[in-house]
Amino acid sequence: MATDITENSALGEINKYDFVTPSHDVFKAEKGINADIVSQISEMKNEPKWMRDYRMEALKIFESKPMPKWGGDIAIDFQNIYYYLKPTNEQGKTWDDVPAEIKETFDKLGIPEAEKKYLAGVKAQFESEVVYGSLQEDLGKQGVLFSDTDSAVKEHPELLREYFGKIIPSTDNKFAALNSAVWSGGSFIYVPPGVKIEFPLQAYFRINAEQMGQFERTLIIVDEGAEVHYVEGCTAPMYTTESLHSAVVEVIVKKNGRCRYTTIQNWANNIYNLVTKRAMAYENSLMEWIDGNLGSHLTMKYPAVYLMEPGARGEILSIAFSSKGQHQDAGAKVVHCAPNTKSRIISKSISKNGGRSSYRGLCKVEDGATGCKSNVVCDALILDADSRSDTYPYIEVEEQDVQVEHEASVSRIGEEQLFYLMSRGLTEAEASSMIVSGFIEPLIKELPMEYAVEMNRLIELQMEGSVG
Amino acid sequence: MSETLKITDLHVAVEGKPILRGVNLTIQQGETHALMGPNGSGKSTLGNAVMGHPGYEITSGSIELNGENIVEWDATQRSRAGIFMAFQRPMAIPGVKMADFLRHATTNVRNPNRKEGEDLIPMRQFRKELTEQMKNLRMDTEFARRYVNDGFSGGEMKRAEILQMAMLRPKFAILDETDSGLDVDAVKLASESIAQIGKETAGGGQMGILIITHHDKLLERNTPDFTHVMLGGKIVETGGVELAHELYTEGYDRIRETYPDAVAAEKAMTETA
Ligand SMILES: Nc1ncnc2c1ncn2[C@@H]1O[C@H](COP(=O)(O)OP(=O)(O)OP(=O)(O)O)[C@@H](O)[C@H]1O
Ligand SMILES: [Mg+2]
Repeated sequence: MATDITENSALGEINKYDFVTPSHDVFKAEKGINADIVSQISEMKNEPKWMRDYRMEALKIFESKPMPKWGGDIAIDFQNIYYYLKPTNEQGKTWDDVPAEIKETFDKLGIPEAEKKYLAGVKAQFESEVVYGSLQEDLGKQGVLFSDTDSAVKEHPELLREYFGKIIPSTDNKFAALNSAVWSGGSFIYVPPGVKIEFPLQAYFRINAEQMGQFERTLIIVDEGAEVHYVEGCTAPMYTTESLHSAVVEVIVKKNGRCRYTTIQNWANNIYNLVTKRAMAYENSLMEWIDGNLGSHLTMKYPAVYLMEPGARGEILSIAFSSKGQHQDAGAKVVHCAPNTKSRIISKSISKNGGRSSYRGLCKVEDGATGCKSNVVCDALILDADSRSDTYPYIEVEEQDVQVEHEASVSRIGEEQLFYLMSRGLTEAEASSMIVSGFIEPLIKELPMEYAVEMNRLIELQMEGSVG
Repeated sequence: MSETLKITDLHVAVEGKPILRGVNLTIQQGETHALMGPNGSGKSTLGNAVMGHPGYEITSGSIELNGENIVEWDATQRSRAGIFMAFQRPMAIPGVKMADFLRHATTNVRNPNRKEGEDLIPMRQFRKELTEQMKNLRMDTEFARRYVNDGFSGGEMKRAEILQMAMLRPKFAILDETDSGLDVDAVKLASESIAQIGKETAGGGQMGILIITHHDKLLERNTPDFTHVMLGGKIVETGGVELAHELYTEGYDRIRETYPDAVAAEKAMTETA
């Protein structure tokens, strides 16, 4: 069982994701950020004027906005980061079109294999660009669009101009502004009315270079009665200097549509992961964020659902695992803008070896949004005395006729629970792993099997050597 | 070889507070011992100390398994060496299915040298054994899919403890008020099951059993060879089955009159508590 994990642990620090691919970049912008760099990125991409103007405007907003004063300590030198790195000239339509060393990277990460087994389409992004893309033929015939966002700007300007930056404007926060100025890559998905995509569409984001900034931009439009499950995975090798991952993800789910967005990220410990994700859900639609946050130096991420019309539902399930030198400041945000909307938030965090996890959540019910229901449960598990967990739940209710419930619990792995399991022959390490997997079980069982397995494996990897 | 669990002059403190004050008790495989005594006298403390609970500090004395002092062993080692305790209040482990837990436990106890990550006993074999044991205990197989002790009724918890014993086949079992919480029929069944399980342990010999109880029901099928009375953290008197009869019919008046020192210790224990 789990032989690869034990083999890895024999190698000490090294894990499956910690390897560097020798790169032969086609183009690497100079370090730092300024108007020249931004216009260079736009030029490289041969963008229409509206997008170029959008970027330049966003740069000004980025420069004028202060750093967020809450969350974690952000010690980023913005001039010491590469904002654009183009690894290859062409996007591959088959894996054979992808440069061998990059293909090897994704091979090691198991992407082509997963694609064959259970995915309806794949995008693989390496540094700043999507290097590989596929979509099942029949989906294409039904009008499903799945491309990198850069191509979409050129190929579907009407959709882009209607939705891009409308859910998350550049003015939203400093990092949304930064992304809007230098964005590159990311997925664009459009699912036409009534089309239900059975298997997940997956994107994989890989940072390879040192001091790299990855700023993908994702836009998903689920039309009336349509359904999609989108999955993203993220990894990077370990360097001594920081890299920055700052994505913006916008989702629109129209009447009766359903969208499930699953993230399983396992960043190296030097990554600042500052991501803005937001969805607008319309009449009787369902938006689900499932968020697995592992690794990174600091993650600040609060997937949001705005429930815009009656009957809309939002669910946010998140797991955060923080270990030594890591701070997960994660949470969720729901805004009930219309009557009879429902939301459910379940957040589970685990802290060990001096790691720090915070839950930061907002549940807001606007005036007039009668008959809303919201249920928030956040549980934290702390594995040792050096680790820390905080909860910052904000509840703003401007309407009387609503039902808002909030429960929070913090527990330390109990000596009693450990003893009980050990008295049945389990080692201390096995016992704590078992308690942790039990703790996240309510979320894991919501995942499709393949992702549940992956998630459990990652948690097991994190648990390695957690007890002396 | 018949194995021996020998407790000598055992002193145990909880959070710095002395609870056990010199307990002596020797159990051979195949023997049944009853341990009685008023509430708070230290019976569960003795069980926890023998099982290796880190919160129960052994301040002096020894616990020997076949002559080897096991005081420094953790609960994992003790369990793998064949010691088992059915707890008075078993812990809930939310999210962990009974079957997964038991498969790990059974594998580990059967292969005491197993390292983490090594193979578990094959699923089919394990399922078969588990189903059989559950049938013996008249438990619905659905039960294996529930989370360990999570939301179990009092009686379900006790049954689950016996199920674990049936799977692990220990050489020495401490049953801490396993009869409490069980309905009339369930106590009878439990009593029979314990006797049955006790007949054959993993090593082949019979089980050495320590039954902590306030009642007679478990003892009907498991006639004690010895009955011990604990008072104020000490075993003050040992007798045969007739002593058990006396205690659950007449109570502890005679004992208290006979052992004023233990009564004083009992007072001291509750006062500082
Ligand atoms: N974990 C603990 N923390 C604090 N005090 C404890 C702990 N365990 C036992 N004690 C104390 O030690 C004394 C003996 O308790 P113990 O549980 O051993 O009694 P008992 O004989 O099993 O009683 P009962 O018949 O009620 O189960 C009591 O005063 C109890 O409060
Ligand atoms: Mg007790």
